[in-house]
Amino acid sequence: MNTTTLTPTEETPVDTIVPTPPAAVAAARDIDTSLQVSARRARRRRSALIWLCRVLLPLVVVGAWQWSTNAGIVDKFFFGQPSGVYHSLVSLFTKGTAFGSLWLNLWITIKEALYGFLLGTGTGIVLGLLLGQNRFLAAVIGPYIKIANSVPRIILGSIFVVAFGLGTFPKVLLATVLVFFIVFFNAFQGVREVDQNLVANVRVLGASPWQVARHVTIPSALTWIIASLHTAFGFAIIGALVAEVLGAQHGIGLVIVQAQGQFDMDTVFACMLIMAVVTLVAEYFLTLLETRVLAWRPPSRSEAQAI
Amino acid sequence: MAEPRTAGAARIEISALTKRFLTPKGEPFTAIRDVTFTVEPGQFCAIVGPTGCGKSTTLGQISGLEQPSAGSVKVGGREVRGITEGVSFMFQSDALFPWKTVLANVMVGPTLGGMAKKSAIALARDWLRRVGLTGFEDRYPHQLSGGMRKRVAMAAALINEPKILLMDEPFGALDVQTKSIMQTELLGLWEQTRPSVVFITHDLDEAVALADQVLIMTSGPGSIKHSFAIDLPRPRGEVQQIRHEPRFLELQNQIWASLKDEVDRAYAQTAAA
Repeated sequence: MNTTTLTPTEETPVDTIVPTPPAAVAAARDIDTSLQVSARRARRRRSALIWLCRVLLPLVVVGAWQWSTNAGIVDKFFFGQPSGVYHSLVSLFTKGTAFGSLWLNLWITIKEALYGFLLGTGTGIVLGLLLGQNRFLAAVIGPYIKIANSVPRIILGSIFVVAFGLGTFPKVLLATVLVFFIVFFNAFQGVREVDQNLVANVRVLGASPWQVARHVTIPSALTWIIASLHTAFGFAIIGALVAEVLGAQHGIGLVIVQAQGQFDMDTVFACMLIMAVVTLVAEYFLTLLETRVLAWRPPSRSEAQAI
Repeated sequence: MAEPRTAGAARIEISALTKRFLTPKGEPFTAIRDVTFTVEPGQFCAIVGPTGCGKSTTLGQISGLEQPSAGSVKVGGREVRGITEGVSFMFQSDALFPWKTVLANVMVGPTLGGMAKKSAIALARDWLRRVGLTGFEDRYPHQLSGGMRKRVAMAAALINEPKILLMDEPFGALDVQTKSIMQTELLGLWEQTRPSVVFITHDLDEAVALADQVLIMTSGPGSIKHSFAIDLPRPRGEVQQIRHEPRFLELQNQIWASLKDEVDRAYAQTAAA
């Protein structure tokens, strides 16, 4: 760099750099605070607007549904009616279902989904980590997993129900199968995305294969695995419900299929609502787990997580 | 050169080292051929060469992560078989555990070496102090600046007091100012423990400012073209200032003349391909 340009010249008199007078400082501070106040007010107004619209949106949708079915524009025999869904919900909780109390049926469905979720997650993680690390195994088993993945697995439900009867087992099995593939592919990908420099680093420090897995591979794959659990739980519920629809003695899926047979759309909607609440609660716990295990992560990069 | 404390360092002798790979298509590819050089115990050796000339491959051989196709690598007089003992790595990427805190990251080395947790923590704190990161123990890597992450990586690499420090363009991704600060700090830390260093870089200035010996590597397949002894006195102090010394410029010019042909040739090859 040319050093002569750094020396002050006649055009830039040095005496322009004088201390700012106190009055000017105070004025600047006033401007700062008034800016802050107005920014805060704007933010509050925006959040109030968001909440108002949030409340209005379902009111309009449900209201339009209720009104159109009342007015006879839409046939409530086929499409149900919000007030009917409400009555059906009340009767489900107070009088129970044809197959015992609602709580019993709900618990059975949740239990099936939960077992399926745990089993599918467990096998998915183990196999994903194994195949991710072992290229030979991956090459041998990989094509079969791809084939199995392309099978429309819901149909397996029919086979399971016929083979294993109307009990809990076939439901757990279907949920497991649905969950497995989601978790497996994520665990596998997670292992493959491991920073090879990190692996080299711990290997020159004398780490055994197990230590490499414990310190590098597993924690690194965990981000992928945990991200997949949100989708996986939804699929566990689907697996349990579908298997129940195909044949069961208890469970929300059975309640749904019976209501469908009686053209009782209100009860179908009511069951749908109940299962949505279950999934939301599970989602909440999964998010808790995620924030705990992945506390090290930079604050949420994806917009989808903010929703 | 004065007699520094190099008791812990190891001599690296590489003779007629050749490494061939199979490309994914199944064709053989010679990454380095007939590479021969020696790094004396406690010496700082920089390897400069165009992209893709097998510099990183050479490091892999010294660490024992890869096995030679022909020739031999000796560390401390013993042939390298399996992972070489007493080696630390530093990469261009920080290679820190993003899920571990700064303290836990620095502790990895001693913990894997079987040190008790308490003493590992104490040692890691001491090293964080040495790199000027006291008070940042509980941060995660993503909460630090690029320069701070490099300091953590340095502490993590040096905490085991390695006999050999292998550095693969460690400061390549830093901005110019941070880079020269980190170079000065590296020299300061290196003076304390004095391991043998093999330092890979694209940056000739960096190589001359830091090293005792600069090797120029040719590309395709990689081999050593020239070796230059850098007789700038140690300790060198501020890297920023060394760059203006006449002897530095003289050496730099000399080496650049040798390097330029290689860079041109490598560029012509990639441009033709």
